[in-house]
Amino acid sequence: MDIEAKVKQIIVNKLNVSEDKVVPEASFINDLGADSLDTVELVMEFEKEFGIQVPDEDAEKIRTVGDAINYLKQKLGQA
Amino acid sequence: MGQRRATITAVGHYVPEKVLTNFDLEKMVDTSDEWIRTRTGIRERRILEKGATSDLAVEAIKRLFENSGVAPDEIEVLIVATVTPDMFFPSTAAVIQEKLGLKKAWGFDLSAACSGFIYALITGAQFIESGNYKKVLVVGADKMSSIVDYTDRNTCVLFGDAAGAVLLEPTDDPEYGIIDHVFYMDGSGGKYLYMPGGGSLNPPSHETVDKKMHYIYQDGRAVFKVAVVGMADVSAEIVERNGLTGKDIDWLVPHQANLRIITATAERMGLDLSKVMINIDRYGNTTAATIPLCLSEYWECGKLKPGHMVVMSAFGAGYTWGAVLMRWSLPNPPKPRPDVARYCEEMDSRRFEMVEELKIKNEVGK
Repeated sequence: MDIEAKVKQIIVNKLNVSEDKVVPEASFINDLGADSLDTVELVMEFEKEFGIQVPDEDAEKIRTVGDAINYLKQKLGQA
Repeated sequence: MGQRRATITAVGHYVPEKVLTNFDLEKMVDTSDEWIRTRTGIRERRILEKGATSDLAVEAIKRLFENSGVAPDEIEVLIVATVTPDMFFPSTAAVIQEKLGLKKAWGFDLSAACSGFIYALITGAQFIESGNYKKVLVVGADKMSSIVDYTDRNTCVLFGDAAGAVLLEPTDDPEYGIIDHVFYMDGSGGKYLYMPGGGSLNPPSHETVDKKMHYIYQDGRAVFKVAVVGMADVSAEIVERNGLTGKDIDWLVPHQANLRIITATAERMGLDLSKVMINIDRYGNTTAATIPLCLSEYWECGKLKPGHMVVMSAFGAGYTWGAVLMRWSLPNPPKPRPDVARYCEEMDSRRFEMVEELKIKNEVGK
């Protein structure tokens, strides 16, 4: 599974939202019903699934689906 | 030769009568019952209107004496875990000694925030295991309402006031009592959860009052992440290093800070929620009191029974965190007292209701 598909799958499961809502420009908090603690849990899920560490200062900048995909691609050297 | 162990031989707790509901808070700050319930699991908390932390502790200890028949002058050591002492000095332990006439006891306060009770429990157990003392009273008590800013919607919904007490005595039976503990501290976390004013760094002044430095400050995001990982890891660690699995554990007694941290810890241990003590819905986070309050209520209700294997775990300011493993030995009372009896029936059903609410909270996002 490529990074983008995997990220979307994690978001769908974690935030319990339908797949068609998970578009790059969707904001976790404004569009997908997440609160600040949900976004923390989401980043922890990325860490677990991709076997990486996301520093807090990076985590705070991940606000949309696109942010997450771009960040993880960069982090995993596939940008 | 077997090691002399400490075990819990009496418990008691106290919560003040005044209830502060989520609906009350809706009138005070910009928040909603639905938001608080689905994000934290809390529905209401108790507030001590008159009096101090020592008064909460005194009531909890009185109940312990009534439950056990132990007399005040039998107590040899009193350890009080609290971050809201009556005053800097004398210690809250000294204040309690005077109020209850614990004539033969010496004692002290212990500051480890939400981990205070488990730190104090193990400290007390050392006095028993050394062979030097036979009756050590350990109390977790906090009047959190005295340091909560009721205009800050991020923190004021979380905390409440309560106290819980346990008596430690030696046991000759190697099957029972406190078996193991795993404790940690990481001072680099100090800046995420603290009260800046009132100590020697920022002594009280007009400025510290104007700047609201005598209230709890919490970076919720930062604390949440480390708390989830810390509490889950340490709980799993203590089980594994004693050659046990989730199946061997009868009760997880987690510090009650947020239902989401509690469920994450249970999940990590492979524990069904029917084995997790939860009363955060009724009391919120009462800091040092959460764990003894759970123990006392579940014991009175006859749900925590002799022979049960128990893991207590906590995470708090410092950061401090840890877990305690023990096998419960205290026989249940014939029946719970009226104030607890009304909760016994619904303890199980309510837990699942609360967790269901957490799961459906994102329906709005669909």
